[in-house]
Amino acid sequence: MRLEKRPTPSKVWSWATPVLAVLATMVAGGLLFGALGTDPVLAIRTIFWEPLFGEFAFYYRGQLLVKAGPLILIAIGLSLGFRAGIWNIGAEGQYIMGAICGAAVGLAFYPLEIRWLIFPLIVISGALGGFLWAMIPGILRTRFNTNEILVSLLLVYVAEQILAWMALGPLRNPEGAGFPGSRNLAQYSATSNQELIAGWGLHWGVVAALIAVIFAYILLSRHILGLNIRLAGEAPRAARFAGVNPERLVLLCLGISGALAGLAGLFEVTGPSAQIGIDFNVGYGFTAIIVAFLGRLHPIGVLMAGLLMALTYIGGEAAQASLGLPAAAIQAFQGMLLFFLLAFDVLTNFRVKFGALGAA
Amino acid sequence: MSALLELTGLRKAYPGVVANDNVSFQVGRGEVHALLGENGAGKSTLVKMVYGLVRPDSGKMTLGGADYAPGSPHEARQSGIAMVFQHFSLFEALSVAENVALGMENPPPMRALATRIAEVSETYGLPLDPSRLVGELSAGERQRVEIIRCLLQDPKLLIMDEPTSVLTPGEVSVLFETLRKLQAEGTSILYISHKLEEIRALCDGATILRLGKVVGSCDPRQKSASELAEMMVGTELTPPAVRDHELGDVALALKDVSVASSAAFGTSLRDVSLTVRKGEVLGIGGVAGNGQDELLAVMSGEVVLAKDRVLLHGNPIGELGPNARRALGILAAPEERLGHAAAPDMSLVENAALSAWVRMGMVNHGFIDWRKARGHAERVIEKFDVRTPGAGNAARSLSGGNLQKFVIGREILQQPEVLVVNQPTWGVDASAAAFIRQALLDLAAEGAAVVVISQDLDELMEISTRFSALNEGRLSAPREAAGLTIDEIGLMLGGAEVVS
Repeated sequence: MRLEKRPTPSKVWSWATPVLAVLATMVAGGLLFGALGTDPVLAIRTIFWEPLFGEFAFYYRGQLLVKAGPLILIAIGLSLGFRAGIWNIGAEGQYIMGAICGAAVGLAFYPLEIRWLIFPLIVISGALGGFLWAMIPGILRTRFNTNEILVSLLLVYVAEQILAWMALGPLRNPEGAGFPGSRNLAQYSATSNQELIAGWGLHWGVVAALIAVIFAYILLSRHILGLNIRLAGEAPRAARFAGVNPERLVLLCLGISGALAGLAGLFEVTGPSAQIGIDFNVGYGFTAIIVAFLGRLHPIGVLMAGLLMALTYIGGEAAQASLGLPAAAIQAFQGMLLFFLLAFDVLTNFRVKFGALGAA
Repeated sequence: MSALLELTGLRKAYPGVVANDNVSFQVGRGEVHALLGENGAGKSTLVKMVYGLVRPDSGKMTLGGADYAPGSPHEARQSGIAMVFQHFSLFEALSVAENVALGMENPPPMRALATRIAEVSETYGLPLDPSRLVGELSAGERQRVEIIRCLLQDPKLLIMDEPTSVLTPGEVSVLFETLRKLQAEGTSILYISHKLEEIRALCDGATILRLGKVVGSCDPRQKSASELAEMMVGTELTPPAVRDHELGDVALALKDVSVASSAAFGTSLRDVSLTVRKGEVLGIGGVAGNGQDELLAVMSGEVVLAKDRVLLHGNPIGELGPNARRALGILAAPEERLGHAAAPDMSLVENAALSAWVRMGMVNHGFIDWRKARGHAERVIEKFDVRTPGAGNAARSLSGGNLQKFVIGREILQQPEVLVVNQPTWGVDASAAAFIRQALLDLAAEGAAVVVISQDLDELMEISTRFSALNEGRLSAPREAAGLTIDEIGLMLGGAEVVS
């Protein structure tokens, strides 16, 4: 068996590999759960079927959009950068900083009830917080040629420290009896990001995610900037020949992904999570990296991958609750997905040939 | 002369193309045998089979009377066959001796090796210092490293793939002396080239390949160059017609341009000045690696300079980037087709938009009109006879020659005022090369200023109005191309100023 490079990347395979990766993950995950003493079929069914069509689906279905929203919003931004070969690994930090900035601006107005002014203002502040946090690796790279992967990743831990400080210090609820954590932003009507339709989980963050998908799709397929982004990633010298300024592109891609991650954080802190707490962030920024690749860095793919990833989250929680599977097994299961995806990715550019080994 | 290497009925097919079909010929002991053919005739595949890189589908080889079927270059070297590739496989950051050691089966200790290298280079007239870094060597010196690496193995047969394509005329004659010495000692040489005069000067026998088949064999000393060319191409070639026309005002000028190269082991430009007039073809010769890429980049706008270093019709434009210059009419086609002039994985439509959206009005408020891009791609495919199933195919699926036609056509059909091309016919077959040269001449005749950077001196002599040479980042003063002798050109390429 050997691999032969295809003259053109296969269109069919580039869409078939994610499906194949999901199936392979189900098989390997089933084996894993089986080895842990759980009925594999039941475990897979609990993760993929129960949340959508099971007895408690009315609760889980709403959770699906709540979890998928931030994942998609962040992954869309990341996928633009990844397409251009700009590796923002620190979306988790930008997510935190967006939440802090938005929450701080919102709480500064407490208890004023001018939603038409305050809500848009905190949305902008959230995006700005993520944007500025992403500009740190951006400017360091363009000015001093540092590696944006390392800088953006390390800034996640800085952001986590700032989060803890905010929760314990400046943003702590003065009426919270000394407990860490800010006032409840979801119950403060000027900042509240509630469900738009009861039971759907559709809040403003999900709306923003859908808008981002549409914008990214148009950008990549119709706009000159999208062509430049793809060029920079596929052939940097050709991009320069086409007049692309690489430094501007670095700042732009990091800026967009930072702002979208910041938005995701803002909508989370004013809605589902409701307050700035020490453990506010739950890894959306990192999981979004998987989502971006699972979706083939394509906006529609990211949309579907975000929903799938959210499903494994919710199904995973259900499996933990009803089958007693350890959380680590669920995380390993999610990791397998990325692993299989990257492995099957070979088929897009290579075809498998069986037969005698020829020295070609 | 008894045969050293004998090939009988060799065949090798790749998906969609038969690279070699029923190829048979012999190389005698101590013979310099030429393998002659156009790009794509199957010369490279054939020698790769001899060198063990590719296995034939059918056919038989014998070496010194015994059956010979190398499974790897390692086996080929053990059987006494050595090869100097067209593209060097050397590590620039290592010394000459270290590079030689890396290519040997059982390298001796470094000090002994350095002594051996010095001896061999002395014997064969290939001066080379074993302790120098390869990154500091010229192309000719690098080739010597490869040759010496082969000679240290005492080969019975030395294969040389287009050895002179990177050499100045002076270096070529040094190489030929070396090869004649080897021949006198009984070493056979299989010499691949499409340069006819060289083959007539050097070789005892020649096998001519066309489209993978042997179409003839001859003693090249008995044939004229034009007879050989007709055997090689299969038809009579018409040289491009230079049209008589008046030259206009100066279109593009560079004034004392010095640029430090950003790449390691790249070449910096030093005080380069040039002018090119409307209707003129300025030919810039020079051996690879003397600043060609850098020179193109300062004209295309990929490298920006102080305002007054570059003038278009007298207006300073040095600080403008590629797209601003395109808007003013300066277009360029870089040498590296895949990855520089075109994005390998993108379709020809996207690649058409890559450099043509500014001038062809393909972008409106930032949005690309893909119909216009497709139209431009299809026009290029049609006018320049690009062989591809359709404009939707990826650039990397095209053969080198076809992609070259696409890249040149993409710029010419935008009706540039100034066109800068680097190696416009590299790897293109003779009839397509003639077509591209004619298109460049026609463009000049219509009043455009054309700068052709090339390593093919015959090409430059054929189409240039004036000729300059690039040597270590310096550009010689231009000379009228008509009447230049090969000796004068050799001096210019070597960096000497020639006074007319």
